[in-house]
Amino acid sequence: MIWVNALVQGVLLGGLYALLAAGLSLMFGVMRIVNLAHGTLALGAAYLGYVLVDSTGVSPFVALVVVVPVMAVVGYTIQWGLLNRALAMGGLAPLLATFGVAIVLAQLLQETFSADSRTLQVGTIGIRSFSIGDDIFVGWLQLIILGAGIAVIVGLQLFLSRTGTGRAMRACSDDVETARLMGIDSRHMYAVAASLAIATVGLAGMFQGMRTQFAPASGDMLLIFAFEAVIIGGLGSLWGTLLGAVTLGVAQVVGAQVDPSYGVLIGHLVFLSVLAFRPTGLLPKMVTA
Amino acid sequence: MTTTLPTAPTAPAATMPRVRRSTRASWVGLAVAVPLTVVLALAPYYLDRGSQGSLVSLFSLVVMASMWNLLAGYGGMVSIGQQAYIGIGAYALVYLTSTAGLGPFVAVPVTMVLAGLVAIPISFLAFRLSGGYFAIGTWVIAEVARLVIVQFDSLGAGAGTSLMAFNDLTPGRRIAYVYWLGLAGVVLAVLVTYLLMRSRVGLGFTAIRDDDLAAASLGVRVTRSKRLVFVVAAMGTALAGAMVAASTLRVQPDSVFALNWTALMIFIVVIGGIGTVEGPIIGAIVLFALQQWLADLGTWYLIILGAVAIVITLFLPRGLWGLVSGNGRVRMFPVGYRLLAPAGRGVTARGEAGSAAPPAERP
Amino acid sequence: MSLLEIDAIDVHYGDFQALFGFGMRLCEGETLAIIGANGAGKSTLLKTLAGQLWPTAGTIRFAGDDISRVPDHRRVSRGIALTPEGRRIFRSLTVEENLRVGGYRRRPGPWDLRSVYEAFPLVADRRTRLGANLSGGEAQAVAIGRALMSNPRLLLLDEVSLGLAPVAIAEVYAALPAITANGTTVLLVEQDVNHALQVADRLQCLLEGRVVLEGTPDSVSRDDIAAAYFGISEEHA
Repeated sequence: MIWVNALVQGVLLGGLYALLAAGLSLMFGVMRIVNLAHGTLALGAAYLGYVLVDSTGVSPFVALVVVVPVMAVVGYTIQWGLLNRALAMGGLAPLLATFGVAIVLAQLLQETFSADSRTLQVGTIGIRSFSIGDDIFVGWLQLIILGAGIAVIVGLQLFLSRTGTGRAMRACSDDVETARLMGIDSRHMYAVAASLAIATVGLAGMFQGMRTQFAPASGDMLLIFAFEAVIIGGLGSLWGTLLGAVTLGVAQVVGAQVDPSYGVLIGHLVFLSVLAFRPTGLLPKMVTA
Repeated sequence: MTTTLPTAPTAPAATMPRVRRSTRASWVGLAVAVPLTVVLALAPYYLDRGSQGSLVSLFSLVVMASMWNLLAGYGGMVSIGQQAYIGIGAYALVYLTSTAGLGPFVAVPVTMVLAGLVAIPISFLAFRLSGGYFAIGTWVIAEVARLVIVQFDSLGAGAGTSLMAFNDLTPGRRIAYVYWLGLAGVVLAVLVTYLLMRSRVGLGFTAIRDDDLAAASLGVRVTRSKRLVFVVAAMGTALAGAMVAASTLRVQPDSVFALNWTALMIFIVVIGGIGTVEGPIIGAIVLFALQQWLADLGTWYLIILGAVAIVITLFLPRGLWGLVSGNGRVRMFPVGYRLLAPAGRGVTARGEAGSAAPPAERP
Repeated sequence: MSLLEIDAIDVHYGDFQALFGFGMRLCEGETLAIIGANGAGKSTLLKTLAGQLWPTAGTIRFAGDDISRVPDHRRVSRGIALTPEGRRIFRSLTVEENLRVGGYRRRPGPWDLRSVYEAFPLVADRRTRLGANLSGGEAQAVAIGRALMSNPRLLLLDEVSLGLAPVAIAEVYAALPAITANGTTVLLVEQDVNHALQVADRLQCLLEGRVVLEGTPDSVSRDDIAAAYFGISEEHA
């Protein structure tokens, strides 16, 4: 039964990864940008939350109300000020620019907060759990995170498929020149997409900070996990990202059950297997040109 | 109503345009490079050990950056996982000299070959991805390499291991030998980059960059060329890893597999000038100077470097060498073809094929 | 009063000049056809009117305002809509979604989803089909409907017959009277001279970026048109 519990824990972990990966998937879907600063931005949100919690004493859940909108603004600004220009330059520029941002931000966090681990204290909700049967324990915080992950994925999907702005974004993704002929300001659309993506990443970063400890170096793994979730699930599909995230979570937790040091490695191996045997992912929708 | 079609004028042979490869600047470049190399080779006789050590660091940066530039600037493949081969190179050197019992200077070429062999199957996996996802994929592979190597106690597991191969030598000799290894490495890396890009492979890449499909239809072996560059870059980076191990004598997984190496490579190439042979050299020298100059500021120099790299990516895409060379008009390493108008025409030559410019695609 | 006044514009693609001192006046409600061979500059003209290119000399006046340097995404709200060359349907969107995107910046007017479906029954039948799965004729109808959704004052049609079977071309042109009946001004660019002449009030022929012939379908002969189109003149006889 410990294996069933491991499965459940893996699914719960998948919720966090889905939350993390949603923004990466969105930015790639709309603008073909792979945001290498994705993980570091999540971390930045966690640190922002930490500063708020530390200085005002509010609960991290309350801090969310401030952090998420701030991250939305950050996303809009980075896209408008930096990445739109990089897109116009074309070629390797967007990738190099996001890489630069990732390194600079990680170093800044290190300079400001030192390399010590921190955590966001959530109180008892971080420890309390309920049990199903004798062997399966579901932590309340993990359940909330899973709920948030699913809600974000569903919300983004509905936004893209049902709203005028979402439709405009998809049009930009298909053919930006023609979208502009329809009166869509592509630069603004990209910035809105980025702001949504970074806002979700902020949420993910805060939850990660509540779940476990974080340090400036943690950003790397967050990017890798988000990326693996997207690839396993299949490019171009938010549902795929959700499935990929859950698959990754399960692989990691089950792997750790075998041996604690194997967890992350098993996740990588599952990712590499998908790459080797089913490169389009589990639920692909996009044909990458 | 009849119309006569104009006939194409046939140009007499004497006034056909000529194609040349070298330029005045490239002869100057040669005239400078050869004596410079000789002067550098004699360094152990007049430089102190600290300076030699610094130069070895510089040399390894040039090698790494040249290889990353080969991948990204010519091959169009951005990798953020080259640290995999730094680690593989360092660990291979330790393993070959201790367990396999090879002499250190024989072990280095073997290390490079090993890295190349490892890179081949990796390329099959990595090439399933493209663009930014390829980049992260290479990073995942580097992480896997680190996690796998850490499992082996014989290689020191998490704590790392030491290079014993030079224990018989006096420090002075050791440093001199490592220095010459470093110099040979730099010369090799630059030469290989230059010759590869001057060859048909290089010309093929300029076509691949503009249009994969069209290039393939003309007979350019797209995947094979990319794989070749990927493997060569792996070998060169492993050489740099061996150089690092040889000069620091200590190999730790968290430091040889650190993302920082790739960050340095990228910043050097971006600042120096992506897609040119001269760029990585210029960039490495600039980085080196910055490291010395900003040494008191600790890790702030990395922040400044990163910010400069971002600005250069957005505003000066051809880097410092692009600025100095008038965007490719001056070439010390002639990799392109120049079309010279026939004499007496009064038209200055403008055609420059084979210039490895950063590709400009529309989103 | 002219809706559109183009005053001696030059348009360049980088070093290459595509239009030389081009001028034109278009009145509200007119249908003007611009004909010419490949490379004559016709599509360049429409792209410049849509704002994808800016003239390097001269001015463009629309409803009295100078729009020469207005960005492309601002032209729809002023009343200019382009059906681009090659249709350029959004592939991952359905037909209905394509139309809705066309209405992103709707101006008040008779065209909406329902009236487009009435005018183009073909489109109505295909409303849930993905843009990637449309035939040439279907895509062309959707592209025109999409442009109409914004209720433009000036509709620009770029080579609507290109790559279509004769039956499909006939269907497209059959729908044109419904568009002009509402008072929309149409500027259409065509290589297919016959169809262009059927619907146009006036025509201009372009050759290598310059106007070489102007007139109405009644006032110019086929020979004149052929001569202008191909650039054959008496000197070459």
